Amino acid sequence: MSDTSAAFVRTEQVPPSPPPSSATGPYKWAKDNLFSTWLYGLLTFVSCYVIYVILGNTLPWIFAGVWNTSSLAECREVLDGVSGGCFSVLTERWNQLLFGFKYPQATEDTPRTVLGLLPTVGYWRPSLTFLLFFAAAAPVLFYKLPRKLLLFTAIFPFLAYYLIWGGTIMTPILALVGTVVGYFVYQRLVTGSFAAGFFGGIAAAFVVWIIGGMLIPENANEGAMLQAVPSRDLGGFMLNMMLGVACVSLSVPLGIALALGRQSDMPLIKWICVIFIEFIRGVPLITLLFVASVMLAYFFPPGTTTDLFLRVVIMITMFSAAYIAEVIRGGLAALPRGQYEAADSLGLDYPQAMRLIILPQALKISIPGIVNVAVGLFKDTTLVSVISMFDLVGMIRGPILASTEWNGVYWELLGFAALLFFVVCYGISQYSQWLERQLATDHR
Amino acid sequence: MKKSVFFGALTVAGLAAGAAAAGTLDDVKARGKLNCGVTTGLVGFAAPDANGEWNGFDVSVCRAVAAAVLGDASAVEFVPTTGKTRFTALASGEIDMLARNTTWTFSRDVDLKFTFVGVNYYDGQGFMVPKELGVSSAKDLDGATVCIQTGTTTELNLADFFRSNNISYEPVPIETNAEAQQQYLAGACDVYTTDASGLAATRATFEAPGDHTLLPEIISKEPLGPLVRHGDNEWGDVVRWTLNALITAEELGVTSANISEMAAGTNNPEINRLLGTEGTLGEMLGLDADWAMKAIAAGGNYGEVFEKNIGESTPIGLARGLNAQWTEGGLIYSPPFR
Repeated sequence: MSDTSAAFVRTEQVPPSPPPSSATGPYKWAKDNLFSTWLYGLLTFVSCYVIYVILGNTLPWIFAGVWNTSSLAECREVLDGVSGGCFSVLTERWNQLLFGFKYPQATEDTPRTVLGLLPTVGYWRPSLTFLLFFAAAAPVLFYKLPRKLLLFTAIFPFLAYYLIWGGTIMTPILALVGTVVGYFVYQRLVTGSFAAGFFGGIAAAFVVWIIGGMLIPENANEGAMLQAVPSRDLGGFMLNMMLGVACVSLSVPLGIALALGRQSDMPLIKWICVIFIEFIRGVPLITLLFVASVMLAYFFPPGTTTDLFLRVVIMITMFSAAYIAEVIRGGLAALPRGQYEAADSLGLDYPQAMRLIILPQALKISIPGIVNVAVGLFKDTTLVSVISMFDLVGMIRGPILASTEWNGVYWELLGFAALLFFVVCYGISQYSQWLERQLATDHR
Repeated sequence: MKKSVFFGALTVAGLAAGAAAAGTLDDVKARGKLNCGVTTGLVGFAAPDANGEWNGFDVSVCRAVAAAVLGDASAVEFVPTTGKTRFTALASGEIDMLARNTTWTFSRDVDLKFTFVGVNYYDGQGFMVPKELGVSSAKDLDGATVCIQTGTTTELNLADFFRSNNISYEPVPIETNAEAQQQYLAGACDVYTTDASGLAATRATFEAPGDHTLLPEIISKEPLGPLVRHGDNEWGDVVRWTLNALITAEELGVTSANISEMAAGTNNPEINRLLGTEGTLGEMLGLDADWAMKAIAAGGNYGEVFEKNIGESTPIGLARGLNAQWTEGGLIYSPPFR
């Protein structure tokens, strides 16, 4: 008897049946996200229509685009009334858009260097610098990479200067030697006091630079391995990148110094920092650029002006440093008082407390703000076109649109500029979000 | 008080710069290069081509001066200037001369202390309308919407013109020529007004230039010419007479094609004086005897330069009009070479 009753007992589990089609897959996703109520459904249809209209107009324009004509008139002939972009302006002026119209090109007659392989001028120099830039930036951006790579980062500014401007190799070497001497003096003196190390290091570097500067002969640039290129010949997106990278990397340390200075107990330092920040923030960047390009020419005797590129870098750096200082001050203010007191109770002096306890936390809080300033600064570099420097936008608005071949091409050129800037700015923004996730050590 | 001290300092600095650069001709010769201010880009007047080589109507003046002074039309450092930086660049000595479609006005000459050495293009404000409007004169434009660049003299000229003709208009303010082009084509305004040469260049870029017409009225005077700093008359003379040499060459029929033939000597004493086979004109200027020949050989005479850069065979297609020789009813006139 008991045997037969056992027939009603399941010995294995019923396999789970698939969920009903209304509760899974794309159907459910669409129902939940696109058509959850009739209002949302309506909005979905309207949005689809808007997307359709936009793509329906732009995609044919892009796909019908012409890439290999030599003037706008010729391009329109090829298009023959069909709506399409004249992208040939990009291919024909590609080098001008990226490097400006005056960066010397290599020709057959250009003397060769490095075992006779590479010409002494040409686009390979900025292009190589651009590639090396990633190698130099990597250890700074990704802290898990071996720390020894930072050595290359330290050399990169001098290498980049040599590659882009060329001239005698003595100039970057002297700059490097001065920096190294300054660093060792700093190392030597910093055990006594931070201020002594800092100012001692700077003084030592200047002594080396001034003495070395007298030793380099006047005509050292002649017959150099890489031909010298004056700053005036730089242009295109290269100029935007150079200004962006130089100014961001200089303005972060300066901004930290200003933020700390503003919180200092020493009235002189505090007031200098406050006045500097408030003055710079109260003046439009374009005014500072005009001062750099126009006014300074009046104050120097003719012929002794500083390089225009350097003047612009100084002005943009000052401008963004003031903003970054305020962002970092926000980070400092957000730290609980206890952190400062904890540092004091461990017996750390001011530089140690800042370096080891306060700044790592304050900077972490400030990342979104700093990135915001950096992205804004990168886009602000296009303002140099108003002081007749030919950055990407300056190239488009000036020489390219003023040529008889391409006058009247707007969407293609400005769309290309927008695309380049978007790629860089979106990259910066994605990196900063990744960094925030990596550094998220707070209590969740 | 502070302000006046500041401006005083500026003036002194400006004067010092002017005094230091008193011998511009010698400076240019010593440097071996002419620093010439041009625009950052204006169709037909100055723009670098795909190889970075500057070309254009204003550029030709720079090249002619370089050829006259240094004997080499390519010995020019072109310094691009914007409308805002051009005068300081010249006053501070950064450039030796400015050839940047700059209007000769009283205040620029007298107050800003520049010397306009002549006029190489007589421009004036004009109107462009679509043909389908059926307008043949600017006086028919009563009630029209007009695209106009803000903050320029064209805005004031326009207001004066409509008021003096007792007709009304509605301005559509725009910022740049590029914006104007888009607004006008989109139908945001019936009329676009700016300098006539600019209108012609703009129209040349349209997909259907034939659908638009330039009205005959020119409502302002815009004499454009090269300029130098006050106070260096030797240098001013060099630039002035180089421009005059180009103009005289056209008048006398000297072209880049026949110049080497004519330089051997002709029956016309004025041609001989111009080309340096007779007289000592070059010596008086402090230049070689064949200075004018080199200047003309650099890019041709005034008419050739005009035809090559902005004339009717180019996309810009400007007629000579006011810029014809005085012998053909225009205003282009050079004092005699004597």
